[in-house]
Amino acid sequence: MTKRQNSLLSNLYIFVVMAFLYVPILVMIVYSFNTSKSRGAFLGFTTKWYLELFQNESILSALANTLIVAVVSSVIATLLGTAAAIGIRAMKKRNRDLIMNFTYLPVMSPEIVMGVSLMLLFVLFRIDFSLFTVIAAHITFNVPYIILSVMPKLRQMDQHLYEAAMDLGCTPFQAFIKVMLPEIMPGIITGFLIAFTFSLDDFNISYFVSGERAQTLPVLIYSMTRKRVSPEINALSAIIFLVVLTVLILTNVNDVRKEKQMQKGGRRG
Amino acid sequence: MGNNRLRKLSAVLCAAALFLSAGAPCFADGFDFDRNHLPYSDDWNDYPYDEAYYGQLKGTGASINFYNWGEYVSDGSDGLVDIVAEFQRLTDIKVYYTNFATNEELYAKLKSGAASYDVIVPSDYMVSRMIKEDMLLPLDYGNIPNAKYMNEDFMDPGYDPGSVYSLPYAWNTVGILYNTKMVKETPDSWSILWDEDYAGQILMFNNSRDAFGVALKYLGYSLNTEDPDQLREAAELLKEQKPLVQAYVMDQMFDKMENNEAAIAAYYAGDALLIHNDDIAIAMPKEGTNKFIDAVCIPKTAKNKLAAEMFINFLNEPTINAQNTEYVGYGTANLAAYCLLDEELREDPILYPPQEILDNSEMFINLSDETNLLLDQLWTEVKASNKNVWGWGVLPCATILAIVIGKARYRRRIAKRHKYMAED
Repeated sequence: MTKRQNSLLSNLYIFVVMAFLYVPILVMIVYSFNTSKSRGAFLGFTTKWYLELFQNESILSALANTLIVAVVSSVIATLLGTAAAIGIRAMKKRNRDLIMNFTYLPVMSPEIVMGVSLMLLFVLFRIDFSLFTVIAAHITFNVPYIILSVMPKLRQMDQHLYEAAMDLGCTPFQAFIKVMLPEIMPGIITGFLIAFTFSLDDFNISYFVSGERAQTLPVLIYSMTRKRVSPEINALSAIIFLVVLTVLILTNVNDVRKEKQMQKGGRRG
Repeated sequence: MGNNRLRKLSAVLCAAALFLSAGAPCFADGFDFDRNHLPYSDDWNDYPYDEAYYGQLKGTGASINFYNWGEYVSDGSDGLVDIVAEFQRLTDIKVYYTNFATNEELYAKLKSGAASYDVIVPSDYMVSRMIKEDMLLPLDYGNIPNAKYMNEDFMDPGYDPGSVYSLPYAWNTVGILYNTKMVKETPDSWSILWDEDYAGQILMFNNSRDAFGVALKYLGYSLNTEDPDQLREAAELLKEQKPLVQAYVMDQMFDKMENNEAAIAAYYAGDALLIHNDDIAIAMPKEGTNKFIDAVCIPKTAKNKLAAEMFINFLNEPTINAQNTEYVGYGTANLAAYCLLDEELREDPILYPPQEILDNSEMFINLSDETNLLLDQLWTEVKASNKNVWGWGVLPCATILAIVIGKARYRRRIAKRHKYMAED
């Protein structure tokens, strides 16, 4: 009896949590089909915001900029961050602690501080704002996240594996590719995804360093707050949400399949 | 189509009316253009553009950077013209269009010197500040022939004497938006924003200049007062009002008023037309109000002044300006465009208030640095004058304290464990 009650309670709890997370998104999707610009009254069903979205040059170019910035900055940050993490791991303890504290600093400090200081830096060196400065800024704030997510994997890894590989005839580079990289890969991927997400929705920093020709989506949406935010943005958010959901489901299905295969393989062996 | 034909008809009628009576309401004295022919066409390809003028930079690969408020230029939605695309088609000049959300943001971007814009749209007081700080280029009216359509009343404004640096883009006033079902009386004074009967149902501006503007006008002072005592008095008044205010908002106003969550709001009057709620009305306070103008300017750092002037001229093509005005939802200072508007818009007392209200209204001008600083301080005081300040302060302090204590205990425990392990 208690078991049953417990499962009922836990199901209810899960339901509440899920509702808390997903109801706002659901509401947004519903309102992307609203005929009026209102966020309060649903006056009728229409798909016109979706059609207008694909004709709205400024939203589409902002989206393109956002994606370019997110992909380029997170890829470069991942390369830099992974290399840095390996280097830091190889340091002596005192230096390592020192560097790690410096790594935490940008993560802890408010984004606006980082935005203003980067802006001043670019102005000081007379670098004109453009998509390039936005990408550079995003790399800067993304690198610490990569280091922080790769570091634990490096710590978990058995250091002797790398040495053993070299004993068995690997060059250091081969040992890195064949032994170390597969071990720390989950950390690298997590870091990359975190960096990508942060870059995608960063407003504070992009706002200070974006130039006269290219703006990112968050900057565009913020600028709409004097009038009212266009429902085209709801439509776009709905599409982004569905794309992310599909990707997540596909990866999960893939993972499950792989796991099953491994289990089978394990039993056979 | 029918709508367009109607508009065309109204244009002709308007011109005819002008011909017959010089005092017709949409024309000011001294307004002079070809009265029988307002540039208009149903098809943009047939529009009587001055091709020689707009073709000047064809094939040169020219481009301009246009920095404007969000959703503040017609973008092709609702069947209205897509201004950026149409200008590019006509002139072969590429337009890079980006947005800002506040005048201060625009100012900061320009001041940084690392971004260069060709056409910007600051509000009145920001224009005067930029003129004072030598950030703008004088307009060459030889390159902006459509300036002849401008309403003389809007030329030579206080923020830009002689209209040397700016041309009006859109204008509007601040008014009292109220819900006729929830507010029984017809407000005629700012005092309703201080009325205890509507406690918890009042919305107020969430920016210092507009909020203080309301209080100063209620007290009968100038919007641009530099007298610290008057400003302090206004701050006291705002503090007094605070318990009655449901929220300090900007664009959230739309939803709250639409859903009957609030009864009264001080906001830009033209935006009342964007609220889908038939019970919303607008009142102009007898103490006077703020009339604001957003104007197009060319910053000193502009790279292509001629192209920028062509764009400003294009914005003032009568039909283009009329459609843009319809999109923006505020008033236009372009008389020819005004004549092309639907009668419903032309006669709207919110968009084009009667002369006595305009006479009783004031425009912002730029304040001295000291006054701006004082204003910021007083605004912070108003926003912080919450009796619950403890409630807000305790939570973060307690959290930080808890983290610090927790971490110290955790460390000690780890250290102890290490000690035991060493002893083992």
